[in-house]
Amino acid sequence: MTDATLVKPHRRLRLPKSLKDPLFVLAVLVFTAVIFMAIFADVIAPTDPQDMVNMPFLWPFQDSFSPLGTDQLGRDLYSGIVHGSRSTLAVGFSAAIFGLIIGTAVGATGGYFGGWIDTLLMRLTEIFQTMPTMLLIIVLLAIGDPSIPLIAVAIGLAAWPMIARLARAEFKALREADFVMAAKSLGYPTSRIILREILPNALPTLVVGASVLVANGILLESAVSFLNLGDPNVVSWGSLIGNGRTQIRSEWYLSALPGLATVLTVLSLNIIGDRLTDILNPRSKVR
Amino acid sequence: MRAIGKVILRTLLQAIPTMLGIVLISFILLHLMPGDAVDAIAGMSGSASQETMHAMREAYGLNDNIVVQFWNYITGVFSLNFGQSINYSAPVLDVIMERLPATLILMLSAFVLALMTGILVGWGMAVFAGKWPDRLLTSGSLLFYSAPNFWVGLMIIVVFSAKLRWFPSGGAESIGASLEGWAWFLDRLHHLVLPSVALAAFFMAIYARLTRAAMLEVLRQDYIRTAAAKGIHPVVIQFRHGLRNALIPVTTVAGLHLGNLLGGAVVVETVFNWPGLGRLTMSALAARDNQVLLGILLLSSVAVIVTNVVIDWLITLLDPRIRA
Repeated sequence: MTDATLVKPHRRLRLPKSLKDPLFVLAVLVFTAVIFMAIFADVIAPTDPQDMVNMPFLWPFQDSFSPLGTDQLGRDLYSGIVHGSRSTLAVGFSAAIFGLIIGTAVGATGGYFGGWIDTLLMRLTEIFQTMPTMLLIIVLLAIGDPSIPLIAVAIGLAAWPMIARLARAEFKALREADFVMAAKSLGYPTSRIILREILPNALPTLVVGASVLVANGILLESAVSFLNLGDPNVVSWGSLIGNGRTQIRSEWYLSALPGLATVLTVLSLNIIGDRLTDILNPRSKVR
Repeated sequence: MRAIGKVILRTLLQAIPTMLGIVLISFILLHLMPGDAVDAIAGMSGSASQETMHAMREAYGLNDNIVVQFWNYITGVFSLNFGQSINYSAPVLDVIMERLPATLILMLSAFVLALMTGILVGWGMAVFAGKWPDRLLTSGSLLFYSAPNFWVGLMIIVVFSAKLRWFPSGGAESIGASLEGWAWFLDRLHHLVLPSVALAAFFMAIYARLTRAAMLEVLRQDYIRTAAAKGIHPVVIQFRHGLRNALIPVTTVAGLHLGNLLGGAVVVETVFNWPGLGRLTMSALAARDNQVLLGILLLSSVAVIVTNVVIDWLITLLDPRIRA
């Protein structure tokens, strides 16, 4: 060891066995397809999901112009699902990033410094964990007009405790690691030790945790827009399901199909998260 | 038994700062919400002059120093005074208590259903770990884990209510049928099935996954090998040594999920027109009945805290290592 700055602690990800798992591959493919759908929504489904373009109550495969049918106002369900993926994913991801930032900041501070700071921050985490997530989101939505940023912030604000606990455990364990001791004895400032020594090592665990947060975010967003608490001018999978609810006994496909899209997306995220957890878990056999 | 008393005391003492924190957050939220109680009352009565509104704010203590207001709020909450519902013109506590039983029944039946099927399925998965029944059940539980509960609710309405006509699609009892005794009970039960299943599905998946992981962990332990070496029957080992210890993490998590269960109930109630707290939450939100909204948040948080204290106590009963 000649130059301390060259010593980069690194935990390598070993993927081979999981990459061969067909379920994992399928999940990655499905999720990539959903992201692709959200990015190129205008190309894949050129019609506006809010426009009345066809006869009302067309069933799927009945009309080639509206392949997945139309709702009570003749709005195209196919473009609804394609365009709806945008707000669903946007909220899911931004809520997860927001939750990841708060959770990591709180957990890292508590775990690294310990003592009364840790006690105080853990109490705060506990307070947020105690309040029922869905109720907290509804109350937060009562503060302002419904918009995608507000929903994302509300979900992130309600969901960060899980990340905080993960981050705290990681930082608590890594604080005692040899490379941190080395960094301390070299006189590095605390901020550098936290951000450049410990954080990169804790990041894999936190990112896997965040994949659960994205899945949860998507489920919560769909619940919020299903309850009609979302932005009324934006189509999302939840609002499509909610819109189909009035005709659930006859035209059930209106709720079934956007719901299926939600399930497939969340399922693929959960499978990806599960496999990544296995890879990171030293005791697991599947890595 | 003395250890249990200590556990109860310790957890209760820990609960107090959490409770105070929640009251503080709810006070902040109340002030962030647009409009105060006087705005709401003035809106209900059509119009009010600036002078009357000012007088009313004075009477309600809304012009006081913010610290004084917070003190009044805390003392109010701890004497179970959650303010007045503008939508129902009644104390918030009364409005909530009227709706609470329906939600509790739904939550309890969903919880029992989820816990029983979840533990059973998880145990089955652990017994067949790695073989096809495990794979099948694991995929199935992952599917339920990924489905929005309101969508599950709508889909079982399509199948079991619209197509098969086995169960009613909503409400807590048959309207206009003045049933009594046994028939009344069966009618309520009949209405309870679909919402309970819709709410339970997600939690069943969680408990199944947890039970599986905990079972596999426990079965690796030395005391299981010791028990087997002593010649204890494998079935006895599975249940008395295996499942019993595996239930400890499951119970802990089940307690932590109470809040989520309530959140799920809010959504499922809307799907099934269930006359509980969920519907109250939605109507309070629509009517900007802020005190009711925060009352529900506060009371449910208290319920979560109390349940977790009870769970801690249950775990000391389940786990001989903690009891000692």
